[in-house]
Order: sequence, then structure tokens, then C-alpha cells
Amino acid sequence: MKKSRKPLSQNAALIGVLASLLSIVIGLLLGYLLLVILNPGASAKGMAAMLGTGIASLDKFGKVLYQAAPLMMCGLSVGFAFKTGLFNIGAPGQYTMGTFFALVCAIQFQLPWYLCLLAAMIGGAVWGIFPGLFKALFNVNEVITSIMFNWIGMYLVNLLIANMPTMLASAWGASNSDRTAALSSANPGAIIPKGGLDKLFGNSSWINISVLITIVVAIVIWVVLQKTTFGYELKACGLNKDASQYAGINAKRNIILSMVIAGALSGLGGGIYYLAGTVQYVIEKSVLAMGFNGIPVALLANSNPIGVIFSALFISYIQVGGAAMQPEYSPETTDIVIAVIIYLAAFALLMRGVISKAFANRKQKEAAKK
Amino acid sequence: MIVFANIISLTVLFAVPLLLVALGGMFSEHSGVINIALEGMMIIGALFACFSLQAFDKSGFGPAHPQLAMFCGILIAGACGMIFSLFLAFAAINLKADQTIGGTALNQFAPAFAIVLTWAIQGQGLTTIQVPSWARITRETFGLAPIEGQTFWNTLIFKYFYLTTPIAVVLLIVSYVVLYKTRFGLRLRACGEHPQAADSVGINVYKMRYSGVLISGFLGGIGGLAYTVAAGSGFNSDVGGYGFLALAVMIFGNWKPLPILGSAIFFALFKVIAAYSGSLAFLPKFEGVKDISNLYQMLPYIVTMIVLVFTSKKSKAPKAEGVPYDKGSR
Repeated sequence: MKKSRKPLSQNAALIGVLASLLSIVIGLLLGYLLLVILNPGASAKGMAAMLGTGIASLDKFGKVLYQAAPLMMCGLSVGFAFKTGLFNIGAPGQYTMGTFFALVCAIQFQLPWYLCLLAAMIGGAVWGIFPGLFKALFNVNEVITSIMFNWIGMYLVNLLIANMPTMLASAWGASNSDRTAALSSANPGAIIPKGGLDKLFGNSSWINISVLITIVVAIVIWVVLQKTTFGYELKACGLNKDASQYAGINAKRNIILSMVIAGALSGLGGGIYYLAGTVQYVIEKSVLAMGFNGIPVALLANSNPIGVIFSALFISYIQVGGAAMQPEYSPETTDIVIAVIIYLAAFALLMRGVISKAFANRKQKEAAKK
Repeated sequence: MIVFANIISLTVLFAVPLLLVALGGMFSEHSGVINIALEGMMIIGALFACFSLQAFDKSGFGPAHPQLAMFCGILIAGACGMIFSLFLAFAAINLKADQTIGGTALNQFAPAFAIVLTWAIQGQGLTTIQVPSWARITRETFGLAPIEGQTFWNTLIFKYFYLTTPIAVVLLIVSYVVLYKTRFGLRLRACGEHPQAADSVGINVYKMRYSGVLISGFLGGIGGLAYTVAAGSGFNSDVGGYGFLALAVMIFGNWKPLPILGSAIFFALFKVIAAYSGSLAFLPKFEGVKDISNLYQMLPYIVTMIVLVFTSKKSKAPKAEGVPYDKGSR
């Protein structure tokens, strides 16, 4: 007997992609509606800026890739935890911790960039351990722990950086003491190399090899989840903790490990962003938004590591476009579009239901014609 | 002594938003819906209330009847928070969506919407909405003659007195009575503990959960305005993480109104101490350490974590919170 191919309407991956695309379209339409309400005259120009800036020039496209790299890492982090049934809203804290570890290695200890990135992973992993431990040992909801540790992490990093004189820009010839030193003056060896990509992108100042690093990491995570026993155990815990425990899987160990790996991924994201040499860590008053943006990235990709690559590129793309909507609209317009997309992703099941129903209806009609 | 009067009145001032928002979270969770979007509801409530206060100021209604205008502002904050909370209720109850993700979306939406709207109305970069100065309750409000200099009682009562404070006290008492002394409160709690059982005796679980979320939106919106008047520098499209802090207050208060009052005061005290840490003589000084206020900012979160570890085994969290109610399931 010939092995029959699954009909299109039952292909879960395809329906997932279509559901995400549908969310994006609805999000953009509502965003456009908002622009029309706020300022009808400039709405077409604003929308064109949001959707066109990312490919308007090689320099802007370089910026899209540069911003996509840390987003991808945070998205992978959130998505990885989702696969184990955990909601890692602690990505901002882990991201901040990774940033701190990376910058200390770069400025205080003058280490090369690859060791700094390793340190960033360790920093994020350390911060990821807490929600995992609290969940596994004391059954405290990881969402609550993560939110608490976001704030603890931010204040701790502020406190530590303020008390490490060599870390501050003021120690390296600049006047401001509210931010870390610029890597170009403190330790050029800690800046992630451009690897010739800047030539390819018309001497874009943004681009470096970080986007390649993150794509490799995404593929590794996909392999771990899809092709290893460890990944299988993690997913089993996510689907049904009790059943997996009955089957002999150590659920507690897996919860902790999953959060540690998720933390390491967010931490690496922080390292990648701040070791690009273009931004300095400013002592913050509120939790960094980059980690939170990992949530829409993961949701849009349905937590699939390969999908995360594309959804991070999309989010980064409209963010670069959003910045170009000034002065008629504030760049936060993009955040509204992203919020609508997450809201729709929250009832992903419903969206998928709508799409498979549409497929089913068409098939019925075709059958009726015959 | 003036310092203590300052600290006490500031603590009360900052405890009010925490109390209101944590009570809101409590209602939502007792009905079975995790409301992580409190921060967003605060922002939306504060946004529209501040716009209204500004409009009252321009029309002359505010300066003429300051406390009546403030009361209208509070109602508007509550109503807008309520309307915004409908989005969470719809996703969580009708569509059975993941409540944490839906809430995250609302949290992302609210500050962005506030910035975009203020930007569009006030012009590029002008994202602060000033709170009119008449909103504060002063001695004149009660017909008392102003006094010279600072006295203990005057600082304690009138330095930071807004209409939100007495309203918060009233709402606390009402919350307690509604939750424990009325049929509605019992039914609400039943829906958070065991919705199937509640349904089997004829309680409409969907309606109860809608009520819980809407009440939390109402209280969250008022809390947002209370935070904005407390912060004192106008509305800047954020509420300083108080929505998340209120979640901690609610957990620390074990989902009960009176313990929530206690934990709101505790958290507010630490926030005030952190802000004043430089000038308080009785605090340990930590010679040579810069920016020590960060340590005091961290403390309430750390204490919450420690308390959670010890209480998680006998936590009074509603059993069915976060689980969408499906009539068909058993």
C-alpha cells in the first residue's frame, strides 16, 4: 500500500504558520486604523515608514539584523521554557544579568568577546535557576518568581555597577557616571567582530556576526528539542508533568534544567546586544523591554526554534520601521501592533480552529462539485 | 519629628495604589482568572483620568469644585480600567485563552497606547500629562485657616492628602463585606475554587468570572490614578511597576483584604525608605557604598520570595485560578 500524504488541512505546522500570519495581518490592520484615527493625513506615510524602512537601505537592513539577534535569543529563551510548560516572563532579568556578566568580563577583566559571551550565558543561567528551583522545590508559580527576580536583578545590577568604579564611563575618559564604559575605549577586543559583514552591508555600523551566532544557536536548540532524549523528556514534562513522572522522567530536574537553559539563552542575548559596541548599559529605572519582547517572538513562532528566527526578524523589522514614523507618530505605535499580535496569539487555538475550518469548508464544497 | 510625619504620610500615600490594585487582583483571582494585566489597567485608568482632570482644569469646573472634579476623575479612572479589563475577560473567559499571555499583551499595549495617544494629542515628545494642583486636599478644603511653617500633625495629614485615600479606605471595607458577607462574594469565591461544583448548583461561572475581572479593572484603574497623584510628577505613561508589585502584595496578603492592607503598608514603607535612604539617620549607613537605595528597593521583592517559600505549602491561592472554565470538562 502506498503511504498516503497527510492532507493540507491537517498539517499542524502549516496551520500554525497561517495562524501567525493571520495575527500579523490583523495586528497591522488595527495599527493602520489607529494611525488613521490619530492623524488621517499622515497615515499612509506612517504605514509606509513602518513597513518599508527595514529594506529601504542596506544600512537599515543591517540594523534590522542587529536588533533581531538579541530578540531571537530572548524568543528562544521564552519558547524553550514554553516547551517545558513554563512561562519564562523572567527573560528581562536574565537578559540584564547576562549583560552585567558580559560587561564585567569585558571592562573589568579585559577578556576577549567570546569569553564575555560565555560569561553572559552563565549570568543568565544563574538568574534562570531561581524560578526553576522555586518551582521544583517549593511549588511557587514561576511567573511570580520571574517577575520578582526581574526587579531584584535590575536593582542588583544597578547597585553593583554603581560600586565598580572601573566599569563606569567616567573611568575611561568620558564624563558620565550613569552608564558603563564604551567598549571602543575600554576594551576593543570585547566587541563582537564584524566578520566582513559590514562590507556586505554597505559599511553599516550596526551589523556584526551576532545574527549568525544566534541562527546557529536556534538550530542547536531545535536539534536538542527534536532529536534528543533530553528534549523529548522536556517536552513530555511540558505536556503532562504527572504522566511523565509516572513514566520515570525526573520532572523536577527537567524544570530546573529547562529554566537554566532558558536563562542562558536570554543572558546570551544581553551579551550580544551590549558587546556590539554601539550601546552602553545605562543604570535603569525600569526593567529592560528587550526581554519582554522575547514573549511575542516566541508566541508568533509557536515556540518553534526555527520559527523564532523569522518572527524575531519580523518584530525587529517593524521596530526599525516604527522609529522612522516620527515625528507624526511615536515609535511606540509598533508596540501596539505587537501587543495586538500577542493578544491574538493568546487564543492561538481558536485561530487555528478558524483556519482548519476554512480548509474543511473548501474541501466540502469541492466534494459537492464532484 | 517632621521626618517621621513625612515618612508616615508618604507611606500611606504609596500604600493606597498598592492596596487598591492588590484588592483588584484579589477579586479577579477569587473568581478564577489570573490578572497579570493590572499594570496595564492602572495605566489606562490613569491616562484617561489625567486627561479628564486636565479638561476640568481648562473648563473651570476643576478649580471651582476641586474635590467633585477629582471624584469624577476617580470614577473615570475606574470606568476606563473596567472597559480595558473586558479585553482580558473576553480572552480568558469566552475564548479560553492563556490568561498570562493575554495579560502580557494588555501590559504591552497599555503604555504604548498611552504614549501614542498623549503624543498625538499634546504633540511630539510631550508625553507628560500634568495633574492640576487643585486635586490635592488642603486645609482650605475644610475651611481651615492656613498655618505658618511645618507642624507634625499638619505634615502628617495635609502634606500628601488626596481624595483617593479616603476612597481607598471605603473600598477596602466594601471589598471585605462583599467578599465575605454577601451571596455574591461566596459565589465568586466558589468559582475560583471549584467552578464545576459552582455550576452544578446553578451559579453562572462565566458571569461570576466577568464580574471578578471587571471589579479588578475598576480598582486597578483607580489605583493607577492614585499612583499618579502619589508620584507627583504627572502622568508619564507608566506606573513604575506598581501593578506587578501589587501582585506581590496580594500574594503576601494571602488573597485576603485585611492582610493585603498590612502588606501594602509594608511594601510602601520600603519604597519610601528606599527613596529617603540618604537622609534617614536611623538606617545603617554602609560607608563607601554608592546608590544604596537600590538595596532597599530590592528588599520587598526578596522578602516576598522568602515568605512564598514558607507559605507555598499552605497557600490560600484560589484552587482553580488560571484554568479556563469549560462546561464540558469534568
